[in-house]
This record gives sequence, structure tokens and C-alpha cells, in this order.
Amino acid sequence: MEIRAGAKLRSAVCSTEIVVVRPPNASVQLSCGGAPMLAAGDGGPGGAPAPGKDGGTLLGKRYTDEQTGLEVLCSKAGPGSLECDDRPLEIKGAKPLPASD
Amino acid sequence: MVLDMAVSGFEDRVALTTPTHEVDYPRLAALAAEAAVRFREAKATAAVYVGTNHLAYPVCLFGAAAAGIPLVPLNYRLGAQQLSPLVSAHPGAFVVHEAELDVPEGDAGYVERSAFIDGLGDPAFGGFDAPEDADGIAVLLYTSGTSAAPKAAILRHRHLLAYLFGTVEFGGAGEDEAALVTVPPYHVAGLANLLSNIYAGRRIVYLDAFTPEAWLDAVRRERATQAMVVPTMLARIVEHLGDATDAGTPTLRSLSYGGSRMPLPVLERALELFPEAGFVNAYGLTETSSTIALLGPDDHRSAFASDDPAVRARLSSAGRPLPGVEIEIREEDGTVLPPGSPGLVFLRGEQVSGEYEGASLLDPEGWFPTRDRGWLDADGYLFIEGRADDTIIRGGENIAPAEIEDVLLSHPEVSDAVVVGLPDEEWGQRLVAVVVRAPDGAVDAEELTRWIRERLRSSKTPEEIRFRSELPRTDTGKLLRRRVLEDLTP
Repeated sequence: MEIRAGAKLRSAVCSTEIVVVRPPNASVQLSCGGAPMLAAGDGGPGGAPAPGKDGGTLLGKRYTDEQTGLEVLCSKAGPGSLECDDRPLEIKGAKPLPASD
Repeated sequence: MVLDMAVSGFEDRVALTTPTHEVDYPRLAALAAEAAVRFREAKATAAVYVGTNHLAYPVCLFGAAAAGIPLVPLNYRLGAQQLSPLVSAHPGAFVVHEAELDVPEGDAGYVERSAFIDGLGDPAFGGFDAPEDADGIAVLLYTSGTSAAPKAAILRHRHLLAYLFGTVEFGGAGEDEAALVTVPPYHVAGLANLLSNIYAGRRIVYLDAFTPEAWLDAVRRERATQAMVVPTMLARIVEHLGDATDAGTPTLRSLSYGGSRMPLPVLERALELFPEAGFVNAYGLTETSSTIALLGPDDHRSAFASDDPAVRARLSSAGRPLPGVEIEIREEDGTVLPPGSPGLVFLRGEQVSGEYEGASLLDPEGWFPTRDRGWLDADGYLFIEGRADDTIIRGGENIAPAEIEDVLLSHPEVSDAVVVGLPDEEWGQRLVAVVVRAPDGAVDAEELTRWIRERLRSSKTPEEIRFRSELPRTDTGKLLRRRVLEDLTP
């Protein structure tokens, strides 16, 4: 599946939904809860996250893969955890910026 | 998506307080979803909002997004004659308007805003779920058109989301935080403000009409922690506070400003009056989804306290670029200039649209020509001199009016000033200053000429100084130089 900026994906096994903020610089397999992610809107989730892939996602947090530069935003939280080619995605630290508006 | 996230993230927080309404996020989302259905049923191709800040504004914004049509916020100060061509430029417009305004009807719908809100809220409403297209047009926003006729800038969902993702931490606001919003809905700062606060989970407080008294009352009553103003508002607040030693707004932690040039004397006085507030100067354009550079609280306080002229000067800078935004200063011929050299400001980043109906101004590498003139200092602080079109060329020398205007404004008996170039046979253009005296001011042209000559080169001293009772400005404080020139040209 093409992972372009702005693309919306959902977990096949839990309620997690993400938006791609920055696409990866290589073709990757994005998974959640141990199952490949699907395009948003393709039916509902079924099953459950695989054992060890159930760290969960947090609403509004951004997740990155250092190796490919991939960055996604969690727009709906769920019990599955995000992985990119079997590497767990890391939560991106908040950067302090003053509110400009 | 933004609103859906806010609903699940801050279910029990108040989203918006206005003189007539108070809603939480789920209620706001329900109203927006129902508005989307209205737009769909009317086969609207655009939602046009004409009015001051009101619950109907975010309802129309998010409703239009869900319905897959753009929101077109128009300037409510325009009369029917000026609004008419703008409304007819959007066939299939669903017009939501403020009661007292004379607004032309749209093809698809025409409803007064309170009636529009009252008509929503059907308990049997089952919800509305539509996929958002990141490339779809979120908002068509007319530029203020200080130098030419207003143009509609196209802001797509991806531009606005890039701005949010780049600047705001989701749920970053504490539960006690409230933002007092006085920038109008048709201004990009009003739009960015709304989105940022919803994404941060910060309660938004709308004021009916701006007066310094109403603003100060609202900050105190609502315990506002942030506020954004345009420079003319801050000037009026500072003037209203007179000799006070403190504004008496202890909850206010952040005071941001932007939209036009901030006169330095106003800013310095404000820093004294709001000692606890973090000041933020935001620079941006309609075409760049609002802020692209900002001067933060620490920059303000360290510049204000510094004896180093280069650091002190940063008080009048636009600060440094946001992450993800690049700045280049270029010569007219495209040569990239080093720090310290003034030229044309070019911007690049995912939030930068640079697109109008029918044309994109981005070059092949994605750079947007702002047509602002400015320069970067050695540490990357951006200084804006003004619009390139406002530059006066006198005897072959490029003169930025802002520098002379700042000197005029620093005179205690001057309350407003503009410098323009009029055609001149000998010099190409000659400098003419138009000055508004302070209420008790009696300063004359001779003294102002001396005032400028003591501070600037003689080639920057206006040949002529005229006095007026006021200058033509937009509601957000932008000077209408076109009108000044028309007034001076017989």
C-alpha cells in the first residue's frame, strides 16, 4: 500500500486510526497489533492485537520510524501497537512552542 | 478529523464560550455534523459565513469540511455592494450571516446565524460521517488586498493540518486554559486560532465587539490565559490603561500579536503593563496558513532587557521560522542573499499554499514569493520591512517606509504615521509623510523634519509632511496605502 502524506489508515484488529504526517523514504509494511494496516473506511476491525503487539496507541501522539523518516499521528486510540517492518514506532517527544494564536 | 479527535480527547471540556452560547466538544461536533447535512441537502458548493465571531462560525467551518465543501468567510464590514460580487463568485453558496448585516442571498441557502444554530440540534439526528480528502479545499480566504483587489487564497486540508501538526501539541492545553479571541473570522489568524485552540483542547472565548474595556473585562471575568490581538487593539488597550502600572490581568500568561506592524512604543509599554505575560509576535500570511515565524516570550524579555543594540532590535523582528518552514531572502533577479542583506522574502513548507483560484504562485522548487521585503540577522531572526510594492525609490535609493514611520511614531505627539512616495520629476519619487497627531499633540512639520533628520540619513527625511485626523486602515490594522495615495493625488 502506498503511504503518502495525509493518508488515513486503520488497524485491522483494534480501534486505532492514524494519519500519515510524513511518508517513509522507502516502501514499508505498516502494522498495528501485529496485522497489516488497512485504508480507513475499509470495514471495521476484527480480532484482537497479537500478544506482545498490544502496547496500545495514544490519541494525538505522533509516532516515528527513525530509519525511514515515517511519521504518523494517532487520530483514534486503540490497544494495538504500531510497527513499521516489525520495528516498533517510537512516540515523538513534544516540542515546546509558544502558542502563537 | 480535528474536531473528532477533540471530542474523544477532551469529552468533558468546554470548547467555546460566547456572549450567547457555551458548548462542549461533543455538542460542537454534533452541530457541525448536522450543519453538514444541511449543506448537502441544499446541494451547496460553498458555505459562506458573513459575521463577527459566533458559535455559527466553527459550526460552519467543521460542517463545510464534513460536507466536503469549502468555507468562505467574508469581511462583515463590507457593504452589500462589495459583498455581492464575492457571493456571486461562488455559485451554489449557502450563506450564513449575522442579523444586522445587509448580505446578498446565496443560490443554495440563506439563513441568519442564530436561526441556523437554533434549527440544528434534532434529537433524532443519527450523525454524519464523511471521509475528508486531505487535498480538498478547506477554506477560501480573501487576502486583505491592501495593494490590489482582494484575491481568494486556497487553503487545503493538508495545509491547515501541516500547520497544526507543526505548531500545536494535541491536548497541550491545561484544563484551566482559555483563549480570548478578538481576531475576525475572515482573517487567517482567526481561522488558525480556532483550529489551534480546538486541537490543543483550550477553551475559546469570543468577545462581541472589541473595546479596551470589554477586552480587559473579559480577560478578568473568563480568567483568560491566552489572548491574541492585532497591533491597533493593543495600542488601544495600552492607551486605555493610561498611567496604570499594571493591567491587572494576573491570569494572562500569553499575549500574541500579529497581522500588521507593531509600533515599538506600544510594545514597550505593553511589556511593562503585562509583566507576567509571555509575548509572542506571529508573522504569517493568508497564503501560508497563518504563522510561519515567531518571536517568543523569552526573545521579547531578553531583547527588552538588553543593552546590546542587535539584541534589543529583535523586539521589532518577526522572530525565527517554525519547524518545517524555510526562509530565503532573494534579490529581484533571484540571487539568494546572505544574512544582513535586505531583499524579497521567499518561504517554503508544507503549510504554504501560495495558490489562488486558477493559479499557483509557487516556483518549481516550492518557494512562495511573499512580496514582503525583509532580511535575516546572523542568528536567523527575520525582520520584515514591508510590502515590496510599498518600497519607495528616491534618486535610485530603495527606501522602506517602515523605518521612517517607526521614527515618526516614536515622537510622543504622534499617534499614527505613514510615508508614501509621490511621483517627482527630479528624484523619480519624493517622500511624503502623513501624520496623525496625538490627542493633545501640537507638533508641526518643522519639528518632525528635525526629529527624523537627527535619527536617519537626510535622504530618508520626507520632503513634505501633512497632517490628517486619521489614516485609512483595515479592521485588523493594516494600513491602506492605496487610499493614502488616492487622498494625496489630486
